[in-house]
Amino acid sequence: MAYSDKVIDHYSNPRNVGTLDKSKKNVGTGLVGAPECGDVMRLQIEVDEATNTITDAKFKTFGCGSAIASSSLATEWLKGKTVDEALAIDNMEIVEELALPPVKIHCSVLAEDAIKSAISDYRVKNGLPALELAHH
Amino acid sequence: MLKLPIYLDNNATTPLDPRVLEAMMPYLTEVFGNAASRNHPFGWAAEEAVDYAREQISKLINCDSKEIIFTSGATESDNLGIKGVFEMYSQKGNHIITATTEHKAVLDTCKHIEKLGGRVTYLPVDEKGLISLEELEAAMTPETILVTIMYGNNETGTIQPIREIAKIAHKHGALFMTDGTQAVGKIPVDVIADGIDIMAFTAHKMYGPKGVGALYVRRKNPRVKVTAQMDGGGHERGMRSGTLNVPGIVGLGKACELARLEMDADTARLSALRDRLEKELTTLEESYVNGSVEHRLPHVTNISFKYVEGEGLMMGVKDLAVSSGSACTSASLEPSYVLKALGLSDDLAHSSLRFGLSRFTTDEQIDYAINHVKEAVTKLREMSPLWEMFKEGVDLSKIEWAEH
Repeated sequence: MAYSDKVIDHYSNPRNVGTLDKSKKNVGTGLVGAPECGDVMRLQIEVDEATNTITDAKFKTFGCGSAIASSSLATEWLKGKTVDEALAIDNMEIVEELALPPVKIHCSVLAEDAIKSAISDYRVKNGLPALELAHH
Repeated sequence: MLKLPIYLDNNATTPLDPRVLEAMMPYLTEVFGNAASRNHPFGWAAEEAVDYAREQISKLINCDSKEIIFTSGATESDNLGIKGVFEMYSQKGNHIITATTEHKAVLDTCKHIEKLGGRVTYLPVDEKGLISLEELEAAMTPETILVTIMYGNNETGTIQPIREIAKIAHKHGALFMTDGTQAVGKIPVDVIADGIDIMAFTAHKMYGPKGVGALYVRRKNPRVKVTAQMDGGGHERGMRSGTLNVPGIVGLGKACELARLEMDADTARLSALRDRLEKELTTLEESYVNGSVEHRLPHVTNISFKYVEGEGLMMGVKDLAVSSGSACTSASLEPSYVLKALGLSDDLAHSSLRFGLSRFTTDEQIDYAINHVKEAVTKLREMSPLWEMFKEGVDLSKIEWAEH
C-alpha cells in the first residue's frame, strides 16, 4: 500500500509520543480501539483550567502507519485549542490532511473518538457530565 | 555498499541463478524446436534437452527420469496430483486426508473435490505445526485413496514426519502425495526412501525460472496413474497435455543439478545465518519463533513480536522485503491461517515476520536486517500503549476494550 508523504512523515517522526500523569485532575485520558481489531489509541490532554485551553497533548498508538499518523496529527492540533474547539475536530479533517485512502478512514474515526474520550474523561474528573460518545 | 531493500522473501520466490539462465539461454533463442516434433533436428534437439533435464531432476529426488511430468508450476502439480488421483481411483474410494496448514493449492483443490462428492479430512496440527500420526491413523478408512501432506511448510518451514506418514498411508492401501515445493532443492528428498508416490514441486523456489514445475508420479511399487486434467496432445505419458516449456524445463533441470551439488554447503551456511538472525531477534522481549525449531527447513524463520501491530511493523521494516502473517496489506484483514492453526492469537499472527534466506543472502544483509528489525520493533513498542501497560503489569485480557 502506498502511504502519503504526510503519513510517512508522522510515522517516521511522530509528534508528542508519551504519557501524561493520569492521576492529575486536569489531565484527560482517552483509550479507544481494541487489540484484536489491530488498533489501540491512547490520547491524553492537559488542560489549563483557568482558560479552558489544552496546554499539552500526548499519544501512544498500537496500529498501522495511518493510525499512528492520525493520532500524532491530533496531538499537534489539540495543543493551544480550547476544549470546545477540540470537540469540533472532525475525522474528515484528518482524512484530508493526511490524504488517507478509504480503507484507512477508520483510523481518523478512532482519532476523533480518542479526542472526545479524553475530553469526556477530563469533564468527569472536574464534575461535569460525561460526553455522549458516538459508537462507530 | 548495501543495496536496499534487502530481499528476504525467498519462500515466495527466489532469484534466478545466473548459471540457470545461462543454461536456458540457447533454448530461448536458436534452439527453439518443439520437443514433440519427431521428424526433424529442431525437435530432436529440444527433446534431448528435455530428456537431459529429466535426468538432472531425477538425480536430485532419486527417481526414474520417466517418472517426471512437467507442468506450469507447483499449483498445477498439486491440482493434477489430487484431482488426477480422485478421478483415476474413484472405483476404490473417495476419501482424501490432508492438513489444515497446507498451501491453498492443496486446500482449495480439496474443497473442489468435496464439491465433486469426495470426502476430505483436514488434520489439525500441534503448536509446532506438526500433524499427529495417531490422528492420521485414526482417520484412515477403506475408502481413503490419498494422503497428501506437505513436506516443508511455506510460512514456518516446519517439516512433517514424511516417512512415518507414508508408512501409515501405505499400510491402509492409500497413496501418499506430498507438496514438496519448499523442500525440494533445500533438503534431501528421496522419493524411494521417503515412500512418496506423488510429489509436486517447482523451479522458482530453487533459483530456477517461474512458470515451470513438475509432478513426480511413481511408476512401480505401485504403478501410479493420474487422470489428465487438460485434454490435448497426450504429452507426458498422457497425464499432462501441452507443448513442453523447453527453456523452463532446461532451467528446472539445471536448478536441480545445482541444488544437488551445492545443497550441503548452502544448508550449512544458510542455517548458520538463519540461526544468528533468529537468536539476535529473539533477544527482544516477548518475541516468539513460530513452528518447529527441531524439524525445520534450514533457510526459514518466522517470528512474532508481541505488542507491535503487523502493518505498522511492515512499514517499519521497509528496507527489508519480507512477508508478514498479517494479510492487512491485501484485501482481507484475516491473519495467516497457518499461524492460527498453530494456535496463535490474531494479534500474534498479525505481528509476525517471515524471513526466507537464499543462496545469495550475505552476512552483511543479515547484520543489517537484525539492526533494522530491532530498531523498528523497539520504536513501535515505545509508541505502543499496550507495551506500556504490559510493562506496568496490566493484564490486557482484563480490559474492556471499546470495540469499533
